[in-house]
Amino acid sequence: MNNDLKKMRPIWFFVGMMLLTIGIIVLLSGVYYLFFPSNAHTVLAHLHPSLWWGFIIFLAGIIFLVSNRNVTVD
Amino acid sequence: MPTIQLGFADWLVIGLYFVFVLGIGLYLKKYTRNENDFFLAGRKNSAWVAGLAFLSANLGALELLGMTGNTFQYGMYVAHFYWIGAIPAMLFLGVYMMPFYYSSRIKSVPGYLKLRFDEKTRVLNAAAFGVMTLLVSGINLYAMALVLHTFLGWNWDVSMWVSAATVAAYVTLSGLMSAIFTEIIQFFLIWFGLFLVSILGVIEIGSIHEVFSRIPPAYGTLWSTSANPADNGMLVTWGGVVLGLGFVLSFGYWTTDFLVVQRAFSAKNLRSARLTPILASFFKMAVPFIVVVAGLVALILSQDKQSGFALLQEGGQVKYDSALPLLIARYYPPGLIGLGVTALLAGFMAGQAGNISAFNTVWTYDIYQSVINKKASEAHLLRMGRVATIAGILISLVTAYWAKSFPSIMDYMQAIFSWVNAPLFATMLLGMFVKWITPNGAFWGLLAGMGSSFTLFLAVKFEWVERNLITLSSVSSDMAANFWRAWWAWLICFAVTIVISLFTERKSDAELTGLVKGLTPEVKEGDVPIYLKPGFIACISLIILVALNIYFW
Repeated sequence: MNNDLKKMRPIWFFVGMMLLTIGIIVLLSGVYYLFFPSNAHTVLAHLHPSLWWGFIIFLAGIIFLVSNRNVTVD
Repeated sequence: MPTIQLGFADWLVIGLYFVFVLGIGLYLKKYTRNENDFFLAGRKNSAWVAGLAFLSANLGALELLGMTGNTFQYGMYVAHFYWIGAIPAMLFLGVYMMPFYYSSRIKSVPGYLKLRFDEKTRVLNAAAFGVMTLLVSGINLYAMALVLHTFLGWNWDVSMWVSAATVAAYVTLSGLMSAIFTEIIQFFLIWFGLFLVSILGVIEIGSIHEVFSRIPPAYGTLWSTSANPADNGMLVTWGGVVLGLGFVLSFGYWTTDFLVVQRAFSAKNLRSARLTPILASFFKMAVPFIVVVAGLVALILSQDKQSGFALLQEGGQVKYDSALPLLIARYYPPGLIGLGVTALLAGFMAGQAGNISAFNTVWTYDIYQSVINKKASEAHLLRMGRVATIAGILISLVTAYWAKSFPSIMDYMQAIFSWVNAPLFATMLLGMFVKWITPNGAFWGLLAGMGSSFTLFLAVKFEWVERNLITLSSVSSDMAANFWRAWWAWLICFAVTIVISLFTERKSDAELTGLVKGLTPEVKEGDVPIYLKPGFIACISLIILVALNIYFW
């Protein structure tokens, strides 16, 4: 029997990876536009939603990843 | 309108999504060893996985755009689609119907019809479901290309072919499991990608209290204006909401549509299968906090000339579906725009994957194995599932091009749903709970229900009869007509099935054991604590539903 088949990662691990990566991209774009404001003006831009929303996504990604780092399913 | 310009970070997020879903398809391929893995995801999912997939299969981008637009048009009444129009049916499926479905080890909803009634009823439903699924899949593809073309200026052909090829690749590789994985990723992308629209909208207006104080009174209630249809935005009475939406359309969809029910079949045991729709009900109740709030914000902004916000218009007609993309463009800076677009793309693609994975199962088991090749081996059925996936995608593409040249096909979407699902619910209800319903009664009842639903749609569309005759009120909307048409189709199917069953041959009790209430052993939960029992969790969901309806009465 192939041992690999016993080591399937749960979906929550992939959700964590996806959210972590997207969170980092959104957060970094928020930091970038904080110093080099975009020409594309958006309503409520002064609240810098990319910064805090990106951080929330990043945090969610970390939680999913850490809580499933050693979890495998049959 | 000028198209939304995407920056490097936006393209990075979109590209990442495509890499992820294709990577997941490749990763899961080695775990897809037989037909059970391909069509039923190995029947090993937890209630949480199956539950989120159950909800996400329904939470497509077409639904999000449409319901935000509907809120702009009809107000708070749209929340009925998520509350009374979904939750009771989901709980009923989990508590009462799932034991019959899951315990009979069927692979599809038409498979249950074969066991309970006969082959002809199964093939009739499978054929109708197959046609409906491919039509919806194609229209979904067309709607995606339309949104991407209108708001981002993307090329029609490239949008449709790239997304269709991606879905074909990961569903062909690992079947239902990859469809379920991408549906769960879509769930999180939708919440993280679109809920921010509602948050920023409420911040701009001032507060949630301010939102409700600035919309017309008829747009801010759920029930208090339902006695007289002229008093509410949807022009519908409480009777239409309860009978048409809350009972027939809702139960017809959530308890019989294989697209969603298939996710529960993938659960690892009966308890998980029963919990699947019950857990999903909590998340379903939360969706109005995206679509209804965003729709109300769009309504308020459009009434305020200084806001500079206006929905798109085409040929003098307001395009209500443009509300959500316009709000994304209003609030999201570069980086977040990519996330918003990815959430919509994920919604479209996961919706298509859901339709295709349901289609390949019904085609393979209920049409190919049942009618064309009864002796097909397991390996042959697995190959057929993969071929059906690619064929289904190609037919969806043809449908999408057809829809592009014939845009009014969108008007027929509701008709398609009430054509298949509304009468099927009458057949299922009678089949599961009344043992003397006969195979011939079910077949002719289903045929009469489907025929009457379609005829009523055409009769109203081409003004052969007055719409008010169907809605039983002097004023009504298209939505009200949809609710009432579903009710009449259900009632006709219900009555014809009973009458014909009185005069035709029944199946014996032995043949119906495990399929009908009264001939099936009661479910024993064993030593599970009460707070983990499906019935208890369903009660909590029901209490929250009642509280929400009272709060927004």
